[in-house]
Amino acid sequence: MELARVVGTVVATRKEPRLRGFKILLTQLASPEGSADGAAVVALDSVGAGVGELVLLVRGSSARLACELENFPVDAVILGIVDRVTAGGRTLFVKGQDDAAG
Amino acid sequence: MRLARVTGQVVATQKDPKLEGIRLLLVEPVDENGRAAGRTMVAIDAVQAREGDLVYVVSAREASFAFAGRQVPSDCAIVGKVDAVSA
Repeated sequence: MELARVVGTVVATRKEPRLRGFKILLTQLASPEGSADGAAVVALDSVGAGVGELVLLVRGSSARLACELENFPVDAVILGIVDRVTAGGRTLFVKGQDDAAG
Repeated sequence: MRLARVTGQVVATQKDPKLEGIRLLLVEPVDENGRAAGRTMVAIDAVQAREGDLVYVVSAREASFAFAGRQVPSDCAIVGKVDAVSA
């Protein structure tokens, strides 16, 4: 999986019928410190994530294993909201204590 | 599969139920000499790896098979702790 920052929402009126009712978010891949510094990825949200949050993103066919998305036409799903990232005894990120959080 | 170094840990309380009870570790891909060689990823841990360990990770859909008898929604899993590499 990858760390990503939710940077916006994506609205599409005309879409594949199975995607109706799901929130589609615009994310940007992020560093362990939580800074958005990578590619933009459009992802289906399965955990109720919001703009500004650091999330866990799964891509490829594994994404369909999240929740009950079997056989859904998706290859990127947000499946976790990150509370904390630590490395070598140091705290790199804490939810709610960073500038980008909403 | 590829070599990686465990560099940290990720905690997420709100997550897909299928990830419950599974440790999430930061892994940095490395080359055969142990030098950083790619973007840090978050892996599910199937071998009780620790920070600093050299491991190998499986990617893509195959990572979801890291735990026998269940499928986990993950595209990166630590499935081996490396003792030695020779070439």
